[in-house]
Amino acid sequence: MTRYIRHAACFCALLLMALLVNATRVQVFQARSHDENPANRRENIARYGQQRGDILVGGRPVTGSRDTGEQLRYERTYANGPLYAPVTGFASQEYGTTFLEHAEDGLLSGADPLLTPFPLWNDFTRSRNPGGNVVTTLNRAAQKAAYDGLGGRKGAVAAVEPATGRILALVSSPSYDPAVLSGNDPGVGRSWARLNDDVDRPMLNRAVRQTYPPGSTFKVVTAAAALDAGVIKDVDEPTDSPAPYTLPGTRTSLTNESEGCADLSLREAFRWSCNTVFAKLGVEVGVGDMTATAHAFGFNDRSLRIPFSVSPSTFDPTVDKAQLALSSIGQYNTRATPLQMAMVAAAVANGGQIRTPYLVERTTTDDGDTVTTAGSRPVRQAMQPSTAVRLKELMTQVVTEGTGTNAAIAGATVGGKTGTAQHGVGNSGTPYAWFVSWAQGERDIEPRVAVAVVVEDASANRGEITGGGVAAPIARAVMQKVLNSRK
Amino acid sequence: MTKAGTTVAPADAPAPAVRLPRRRGIELALIVLAVLLCVYGYCAVGLAKNGTVPPGAAGYGAGLGVLALVAHGAVRLRAPCADPLLLPIGVLLNGLGLVLIYRLDLETPGDRAAPAQLVWSTVGVALFIAVVLALRDHRVLQRYAYVCVAAALVLLVLPILFPAVNGARIWIRIAGFSIQPGEFAKVLLAVFFAAYLAANRNALAFAGRRFWGLQLPTGRVLGPLLAIWLISVGVLVLERDLGTSLLFFGLFVVLLYVATGLTGWIALGLLLAAVGAFAVGWLEPHVHSRVEDWLHPFASIEAGQGPNQLAQSLFAFAAGGILGSGLGLGHSVLIGFAAKSDFILATAGEELGLAGLSAIFLLYGLLVERGYRAGLALRDPFGRLLAIGLASIVALQVFVIAGGVGGLIPLTGMAMPFLAQGGSSVVTNWAIVALLIRVSDSARGQYDGEETP
Repeated sequence: MTRYIRHAACFCALLLMALLVNATRVQVFQARSHDENPANRRENIARYGQQRGDILVGGRPVTGSRDTGEQLRYERTYANGPLYAPVTGFASQEYGTTFLEHAEDGLLSGADPLLTPFPLWNDFTRSRNPGGNVVTTLNRAAQKAAYDGLGGRKGAVAAVEPATGRILALVSSPSYDPAVLSGNDPGVGRSWARLNDDVDRPMLNRAVRQTYPPGSTFKVVTAAAALDAGVIKDVDEPTDSPAPYTLPGTRTSLTNESEGCADLSLREAFRWSCNTVFAKLGVEVGVGDMTATAHAFGFNDRSLRIPFSVSPSTFDPTVDKAQLALSSIGQYNTRATPLQMAMVAAAVANGGQIRTPYLVERTTTDDGDTVTTAGSRPVRQAMQPSTAVRLKELMTQVVTEGTGTNAAIAGATVGGKTGTAQHGVGNSGTPYAWFVSWAQGERDIEPRVAVAVVVEDASANRGEITGGGVAAPIARAVMQKVLNSRK
Repeated sequence: MTKAGTTVAPADAPAPAVRLPRRRGIELALIVLAVLLCVYGYCAVGLAKNGTVPPGAAGYGAGLGVLALVAHGAVRLRAPCADPLLLPIGVLLNGLGLVLIYRLDLETPGDRAAPAQLVWSTVGVALFIAVVLALRDHRVLQRYAYVCVAAALVLLVLPILFPAVNGARIWIRIAGFSIQPGEFAKVLLAVFFAAYLAANRNALAFAGRRFWGLQLPTGRVLGPLLAIWLISVGVLVLERDLGTSLLFFGLFVVLLYVATGLTGWIALGLLLAAVGAFAVGWLEPHVHSRVEDWLHPFASIEAGQGPNQLAQSLFAFAAGGILGSGLGLGHSVLIGFAAKSDFILATAGEELGLAGLSAIFLLYGLLVERGYRAGLALRDPFGRLLAIGLASIVALQVFVIAGGVGGLIPLTGMAMPFLAQGGSSVVTNWAIVALLIRVSDSARGQYDGEETP
């Protein structure tokens, strides 16, 4: 009997071994895959178990956290949700994160390993770092001026500092309050459905995720290409261009809004925004050089992150001459985000150089120690410095004695370009009013701000709509606020 | 073995030539250690959840300590030669179970289970003391073999008269208390099996024809085997309790093998078990769904219905990793229903980690090993089979439920001995430990320095 008892004991030992091996299998080898299973709520419980870090504008947080006492404990709050929604995005327990909340999620939620004092420290202690803070480049006053200027009309404003690429304002209208999406109660689902079904698409970030035909504002790029390519040697020399202009290879004739564009010099044509002159110039420059210049300004760039992605602005490189003529005046397949057009103005203001735009000045731990800084951004030469000087002069004239007088600021040098883009079948859509500009204060050694404004539903009377009437005042208010603020 | 039958075995062998050390001091020291560990766990839960030592810590420690010391006193008085490890292991596991249940109570403020569990533990220890004091010689039980089996059958059949709870008819509810009679039946059946096999093992081993090299039993002795098999299947079908039926059958097969050493019977038993399990697994929807869950624990997630209990249990184990999250810092309450009973091991796995879980498994292993050791040391076949049977109940039960919640075998509702919430289970386990104390006392008390046959 003793022998059989020993056999039975061996059997029990086998059972014990099986349990130990199984426990090791589940707790060690499968642990990672179980931990990462989306149905496992532990990661979310840990994530929302502490306050989320804040996003700061002008030294003050525009976000916060609210203790709900639920299983997912902290919910996101926003100090002025609609104003900063295109920058912050939302941080929802139900629908994930967008924009800065998404791009900086690791830091804000405390998961970023850079927040750890020592490598692998958290793996050892099973703790989670407090969420870090994100300091933005935004200018509070400029952001507010842009938002108030749009006044709920569909449109967007983007403002950058030409010398650095810091984004000073990023506004999209109409906007929404991201706080309504923060929690996980049934109301959040209803808000989500309502925002998605809204015909005005309030969650669309028109400043970086919507491209518009840039219309006449694109003439800045065409003029730069013509000057760089040597098609224009002297801005005051007549351009030998007919008005109306028959598009090459077609019988379509292109006309102007204003009279007397025939044979105007580049300076006058720029001031009065003559379509015929710039269409012809584009054709003379040729598709290769036009595309190269547009690319240098940032068109067709799919890789721009500020740190969230920006929809690529487009300039079609596969066009015939008639299409090139239209592309050169910002029609046909030419499309740009407001941020892209602000970069165009910034390139002119900054001696032809484009600094990659960015929104995050630096990130810190919750007690203020710097984690990362923006540092110096890559620079790209969009045009020759001499071309930039001449374009600066042309843009200044638009504001002093052309279509953009609404943007003038007393005691400051302002350069701008208006635009009215038509779209839709047979131009039936509401035109887009554009204004791009830059401004330099009396005591500044270089331009402080470059702005692009687009307003979609400008006015009922299409004939009256020009960027100068609707968009320029908004740009002026934004530039004024930036010039007034301390450097 | 000189004599077989259901009568009491012959009187004690001559007085032991070599007297073994009694080791009661070691037992006392280990009990103190076990109580301290449990109090430490209790404090750790409070510190983790509320940042303060829980107000009842001193009372809890004193209560557990007094219970353990009284039990120790009873062992000193009436079983001075008993194995010194059995009681401390019982105290430690019971105390740890109370800590885990208290910890889960903090997550479910409306449903406190720890106070009731403490009361049941007290009842269990009282039963332990009663058994140790009253049962002077385990061989007395041999007389009551058929009383035991009758009582066991009544207890098993009783729940069929009561409504099903959560898909299984294993509870009876009297005056607000739920009792699982099947738990008590385990001990009674172990006594009966031991007595029956001790009496008939020679007849079982040597009678019958040989067929294909296997020693087949005669019909007269095959009857009881088939009867037990039918009871197991009956329990399974009528009460939808896969775990209990598996346990009964496994217990019987182990004891049959130990008593006769006939592998042919084991093969036949396993064949019958496999046929039964397979048939029921396919035909009975409740059991079938358990098998499906075992094969595809994440199917409900893929179907968009969220994780089921087994998936949540696996998540909990995985979240524990090697060192665990620490008592009170896990989220095993996500398992929901039965987190304090069947799935209590998941809490242990998450908060104590692989290290703590392995320690718990090894504690059970040690308990079983002490039972087997007593079985090896004893002389009378009934005592041996009883010790093996009781130890095997613990081993099989731990395997069935720990394997179930860990995804090793299909999940069956069963209480983790000592750890899980459930009064009947705690009381039964203390009875098992009491009987093991009794047989180990006999084993060591009669030791005379000679090898057992």
